Amino acid sequence: MIAFLRRRPGLLPLLLLAPAIVWLVAFYVYPAIQMLQASLWSGTLESGFTFSLANAATYPEALGRYSDQFLRSILYAAVSTLLCLALAFPLAYTIAYRAGRFRTVLLFIVIAPFFTSFLLRVLAWKTVLGDDGFLLGPLKSIGLLPEEFRILATPAAVIFGISYNFFPFMVLPIYVSLEKIDRRLVEAAKDLYAGPIRAFQRVTLPLALPGVFAGSLLVFIPAMGDFVNAELLGSVQTRLIGNVIQSRFLVNNDYPTAAALSFMLMAGILAAVFIYARVLGTDELESGIG
Amino acid sequence: MLRWLGRNALRAYTGLALIYLLLPIFIVALFSFNDPVGKTNYSWVGFTLDHWVNLFAIPGLLDSVVTSIRIALISTLIATTLGTLAALALVRYQFRGRPATSLFIFLPLATPEIILGASLLTLFVAIGKPPFFPLNEFTILIAHITFNISYVIVTVRARLAGFDRRLEEAAADLGADGWQTFWRVTFPLILPGIAAAGLLAFSLSIDDFVITNFTAGRTTTFPMFVWGSARVGVPPQVNAIGTIFFVVAVSAVAIGSILQRRRA
Repeated sequence: MIAFLRRRPGLLPLLLLAPAIVWLVAFYVYPAIQMLQASLWSGTLESGFTFSLANAATYPEALGRYSDQFLRSILYAAVSTLLCLALAFPLAYTIAYRAGRFRTVLLFIVIAPFFTSFLLRVLAWKTVLGDDGFLLGPLKSIGLLPEEFRILATPAAVIFGISYNFFPFMVLPIYVSLEKIDRRLVEAAKDLYAGPIRAFQRVTLPLALPGVFAGSLLVFIPAMGDFVNAELLGSVQTRLIGNVIQSRFLVNNDYPTAAALSFMLMAGILAAVFIYARVLGTDELESGIG
Repeated sequence: MLRWLGRNALRAYTGLALIYLLLPIFIVALFSFNDPVGKTNYSWVGFTLDHWVNLFAIPGLLDSVVTSIRIALISTLIATTLGTLAALALVRYQFRGRPATSLFIFLPLATPEIILGASLLTLFVAIGKPPFFPLNEFTILIAHITFNISYVIVTVRARLAGFDRRLEEAAADLGADGWQTFWRVTFPLILPGIAAAGLLAFSLSIDDFVITNFTAGRTTTFPMFVWGSARVGVPPQVNAIGTIFFVVAVSAVAIGSILQRRRA
């Protein structure tokens, strides 16, 4: 074996890659194809499903029936992404330029939420944002807020939950691209009589944009698929496409509709990722994960 | 004046942001000491150590934790092995189709978890005719290995990027063959990267809810237990377990970085 590889060194990388690639083809690519097929099934779980291209009508039907949830998902994901961006940029800036020896500690705090259970974090916000919780209770008792004011079970709670859970994915890529900037460029701008605000606008911000784009994608994608925040913090009025997919699959056993919805969601997101990767590459995206 | 304001506003903001990040973690820990009235544990009643003393008094909780740890260990072992091999190939060799391979490996990370879970569910349903491929610990394991492989490859590859190949050349000059060079020089050098990837894979697996939800059947992992009890009221013991997981994970990361600093 080793002697054989010595004669054909080109084979070694393929051999090393093969197990992982075979696994991903079997359990990532093939299931996606299977899901496309399932979207063209008809029948029930009990009697079995039959495949027919004539079932393509499931797509317009599903889209028409759940257009509200689809649009709501896009809206919530977009607002959450913008909220994350607004909250994350100043923090990433501080960590990159102002933190000094606290940099490592601050970066660690940014990822600290990932060490607590995702569901418990969401439930913790349910505690904090509760109608008479830590936040609203005192404000209500001193009369700053009306008694019937609530955050839980409103769109705001769901958007807040989504933003919190995917916030680190925004901070890290922005931090990485800020950290890479050659500070002499900013000094050069100041030598050329740019004020601090102008130097930021014309030098720092444009150079940080790859991180901003990467972070936005890394927040937007999981936000589009969310159903946990919507379920635990929201109400019937805040159901997202993720909730529909989850309940069609696991409660109603309506595989064709659920598969069609999942496939449309996946196609939309992968198209966006492909365009992004063609234009900007995947380096910044990976910096938010690795 | 403007600069002073800017600097301090930024500082105050950073403080608020840190509170925002850490508050839920604090709340999870705090409410493990709460003594709630009734089933829900959403408002503070009084301090007690009861739930820590009777950590596994809740039926099914211990089983779910053990199941989660078992799945996390096995999926980490397999995903880290497959992922490290692939990362080595991607960093060390130039070959046709390498950029496409990189993009392909990235795709599972760019796919919402709900889609990964749902597509695996349709696979398992389609494989078996009724009564269908049984969903159990085995199918959860397949799902966890799948998402962890890509995470491992990306992490190990990032750590390998700064690798000094002259060290291997030096070993070869000193008469080591390929196998010796790998085990005596390469492997010890990339081990911290592999360990970091393994730690990431373990923590992703043990905390995964969304994909597990689709592939678990009746198997109850710890996150599935939390989800199930969220409807009726999460017992404080669950908060205690969450707190233990947090402390263990933070300690592991801290020990890892201290060890690495000592080596450097």
